[in-house]
Amino acid sequence: MASIAPERVATTVVLQGVVKNFGHTQVLHGLNLTIRPGEFVSLLGPSGCGKTTALRLIAGLEEPSGGAILMNGEDVTGVPTNRRDIGMVFQSYSLFPHLTAIDNTRFGLDMRKVPRGRARTMAAESLELVGLAALADRYPHQLSGGQQQRVALARALVTSPKVLLLDEPLSALDARVRVQLREEILRIQKELGMTTVFVTHDQEEALAISDRVAVMQGGRIEQIGTPEELYLTPATADVAAFVGLSSLLLATVTGGVARIWGRAVPVIGAAPDGEYRAFVRPEHLRVARAGESGMRGTVEASIFLGSSRRTELRLASGELVAMQHDVSLRPERGDEWLLVVEPAPVVVRPLA
Amino acid sequence: MRRASFHPHPATRVVIGILVGSFVLLPLLATLEFTLRDGDAHSFVHWAAIFDPAKAATYKPIWVGLTNSVMLMLVTVAVVLLLLAPTMILVNLRFPRLRRSMEFVALLPISIPAIVLVVGLTPIYLVIGHTLGTGAWTLAFAYGITVLPFAYRSIQAAIDAVNLATLAEAARSLGASWPTVVWRVLAPNLRGGLLAASLIAVAVVLGEYTIASLLNRQNLQTALVLVNRQDAYVSVIFSLLALLLCFLLLLIIGRTGNLGAARGKER
Repeated sequence: MASIAPERVATTVVLQGVVKNFGHTQVLHGLNLTIRPGEFVSLLGPSGCGKTTALRLIAGLEEPSGGAILMNGEDVTGVPTNRRDIGMVFQSYSLFPHLTAIDNTRFGLDMRKVPRGRARTMAAESLELVGLAALADRYPHQLSGGQQQRVALARALVTSPKVLLLDEPLSALDARVRVQLREEILRIQKELGMTTVFVTHDQEEALAISDRVAVMQGGRIEQIGTPEELYLTPATADVAAFVGLSSLLLATVTGGVARIWGRAVPVIGAAPDGEYRAFVRPEHLRVARAGESGMRGTVEASIFLGSSRRTELRLASGELVAMQHDVSLRPERGDEWLLVVEPAPVVVRPLA
Repeated sequence: MRRASFHPHPATRVVIGILVGSFVLLPLLATLEFTLRDGDAHSFVHWAAIFDPAKAATYKPIWVGLTNSVMLMLVTVAVVLLLLAPTMILVNLRFPRLRRSMEFVALLPISIPAIVLVVGLTPIYLVIGHTLGTGAWTLAFAYGITVLPFAYRSIQAAIDAVNLATLAEAARSLGASWPTVVWRVLAPNLRGGLLAASLIAVAVVLGEYTIASLLNRQNLQTALVLVNRQDAYVSVIFSLLALLLCFLLLLIIGRTGNLGAARGKER
């Protein structure tokens, strides 16, 4: 793999106050983001949040309306796509239908005037890296969706680009292939140490493979942090709602401490005294021990997750809450449980 | 489930086939028979006469017309491939909002009778005559317009069948310049449509009479009419050959279209 592994120093990508307008609509409102060399950063958010636009701006496929994009300190804002030295995998299948897998993979090397023999060897190595060496002479229409995206990945990697840009490359694939391919992307990315930006609307995907995740909403980055930071200490209610599963429980905040079901729970961030909804993770709810007071709930449904079980309970107030618990506990529909909140920090949102 | 009600009986199909076939073939056979007449018998005497040095002067307009038509074919195909196709790619990639207007403009000539077109073209050709000369090749500009609807439809169908934007963006991200994107990525994937557009252009140019005649240019058709007055046989021989060439071209278009469809299905 020596020829593909980049000898160059991995690239830093910086977005400085990047603004993008489409007509009168502003889709990015001064985006600031620094991606460290060799880092795997995901842009996560619902559709229309501007994540794909941000990626296309880094690629040079769109021109920013304001701000600057820097790669290793060099301003590339005005540099056309074909001179940015990027590798990109698209959401829709983007292999050239008239070329075989190996010729597709070789395309970027041909553009860089790499001698034929060497280009072929490098392309073959790249296909081997994604586990498709045996299908090198197949045309795209002879490959499955997953295989096509693997070839697209091999094609993007073979030129040892400064940055690898992945635009929801897994979204068209079925669940099993998706998990398999995302783990492979992660393995290859770590092996090559290439700076990578990954766009997805699937939070599980983002949390599973990223060094850091930038949660986007309405053309802004709401929070950027490691998957653990986002999950455990979401900066805003939007992040808490988008990342992971939460139950929204009534809470009274006094002096930075929330009272939920009679228990004191620390609040993340500043919240003036008042009534709120608190985001409580399923694993922070448990069944009360003997003598503990709590909230009564009726089991509505329960799903087996392998190592744990997630059960949904309806409270007397009509709210539905989700809790995660040990598989040894086997709830039946209609069972009555007394629930307690663990004192893990919560994010709160004012009552609407 | 019986689906037969939607399909004609095999016998009906054969009858329709024979009726349509004879509609096309009978005039052709009659034409062929006419060219073979030699008094009361049949021979290839008129076919041989084409190469008779003694009649060279009589047939000269045909050779001139044929040369002009071949040249017009080439220039018209060049207009289609080098002007229309890149423009359509540009509109589809960069200015998709203009697609509707472009389609309207491109399909317009089909609704304008040739005679009306010529009335509009006459003053333009006065200017062209002063600037580019009165050479027959200048007719290709007018032919470029008459083939526009047919060429546009076949190229657009090919464009709609591929994801043009993603292919172009993928090639750009791999370091390809715009000309390389068009030449190495887009053109090979639009090959079927480009070929069909070119062959239709050839067929239209070969069969065109009105514009050439009214603009006082000589092409194969005007030459055939001219020679017909002196030697009907040779004129009919060339008409027959031109017609057969057009049939052949349409057959090729049909074949490539089918191949394209088969490849699409496999995907």
